[in-house]
Amino acid sequence: MSKITFVEHNGTEHVVEAKTGLTVMEAAVKNNVPGIDADCGGACACATCHVYIGEAWLSKLDKPSAMEESMLDFAENVEPNSRLSCQIKMSDALDGIVVTLPESQH
Amino acid sequence: MSDQEPMDPQTRVVILGAGHGGGSVAAFLRQYGFAGPITLVGEEPLPPYQRPPLSKAWLKGEATAESLALKPLEFYAENNIDLRLGVHAVAIDRASKTVTVSEGSPIAYDVLVLAMGARARRLTIPGSDLMGVMELRTAADAEKLKAALGAGKTLAVVGGGYVGLEAAASAISLNANAVIIEREHRVLARVACEQLSNFFQSYHAARGVTFELSAGVEAFVGDQGQVTGVKLADGRTIGCDAALVGVGAVPNDEIAKAAGLECNNGVVVDLAARTSDPAIFAVGDLTQRPMPLYSRSVRLESVPNALEQAKAVACAVTGRPLAPPEVPWFWSDQFDLKLQIAGMPFDADEILIRGDPDTAKFAVFHLKQGCIQAVEAVNAAPEFMAGKQLVASQKPVARDKLVDMSISMKLVAV
Repeated sequence: MSKITFVEHNGTEHVVEAKTGLTVMEAAVKNNVPGIDADCGGACACATCHVYIGEAWLSKLDKPSAMEESMLDFAENVEPNSRLSCQIKMSDALDGIVVTLPESQH
Repeated sequence: MSDQEPMDPQTRVVILGAGHGGGSVAAFLRQYGFAGPITLVGEEPLPPYQRPPLSKAWLKGEATAESLALKPLEFYAENNIDLRLGVHAVAIDRASKTVTVSEGSPIAYDVLVLAMGARARRLTIPGSDLMGVMELRTAADAEKLKAALGAGKTLAVVGGGYVGLEAAASAISLNANAVIIEREHRVLARVACEQLSNFFQSYHAARGVTFELSAGVEAFVGDQGQVTGVKLADGRTIGCDAALVGVGAVPNDEIAKAAGLECNNGVVVDLAARTSDPAIFAVGDLTQRPMPLYSRSVRLESVPNALEQAKAVACAVTGRPLAPPEVPWFWSDQFDLKLQIAGMPFDADEILIRGDPDTAKFAVFHLKQGCIQAVEAVNAAPEFMAGKQLVASQKPVARDKLVDMSISMKLVAV
């Protein structure tokens, strides 16, 4: 189990526990965290699980796949620390990760 | 009840149907701060789960019941959602605002949400009740199909739609054989253009799927109650160990009709997902909904549609403003292909292809007077993402740039 802190666009924080191997998106959806829609359920088909990764954690993540990069390239409100949370699998190294949610996924 | 006035916090919400749509209505209501009682009634024994992986990851053994579930089971108790599984609605009494269910006393509602979905269309030809003649709609269906798909087994798929193609691709990855039998002269005939049909057919054929096109199905034949073949109109019989019927779906709108709600190939709703009775909403595959972008109404079978409508219901109940309508979109995974579709090709007068289908990375654009109505993108995320935005904006595009893969999709609008 490792901890993820989701920060909604309005500042509301949600701290959830996630099993190793679960994606950040799955942890959000299973805990009903508002702001991560994940329409496609993790198929990397929709970019509705877009998050901003806290500075300290960005370097600990695997690089995005070409598919994820293309999806992000055309998503709304993209920043250099944008990722699709369905592509980030939790591990001990990510215990404590902080992700911030965009204003809207659509 | 207007979108600006929150309803009484003691409003009793009853949701009939615990699929992706019904489960999401309950979840969004709690996300949006609704504190009143919610009853979620589902016919299947499982709490709400995702159906799309059933024909893909689930068949291939890459998904578990836990990963399919929308929410963990404890979510419902923790959020004070009265989840009643294995129960179906029998009748709606709009005058007394109660629902009769198959088990337990009638349930009173202030707001009723219909989310009964659609069911697989059945064939009425001889042999349809043989063991091994299957449909694919529920987790139980998928489990049966998975059990029938060992190495060397042959799956006959009646119907060359998305479900059939996905199941055939999954069968091939499990080292089974797959034969697709389609009444039309091409696969995906009702849902995709000729170019895309041809591409998918060749891609599947190159990986071992065989096709019987323009083929009528007369009967399923069997031995000792178990299907052994599909008899075609031309007299031939295609041998198989299991047959999957994937010939579309019909909305489960019977109790809505019986209650006098307006129905027309689905329960008719407005953009807020309200039916002809203001106390009753409907979401998902069950609904015939307005599509202002194309000035018509449609019945969509897609998760994004169900989620959009689930949010609309939660907005109406909690007094949030309704979000503008979304561009409909769909996806399908077959072998290593990711097909993403945005929009619908209504009234299109031109088809343009960007990229080369032979490289399995291309997009088909359907234009109407120079504006994109729909895009079908194969392994082409930028074309899908930008195409979806251009469908929404209806900005005209430069045809020469659109067909030139070396020019960014960001630059194709005029």
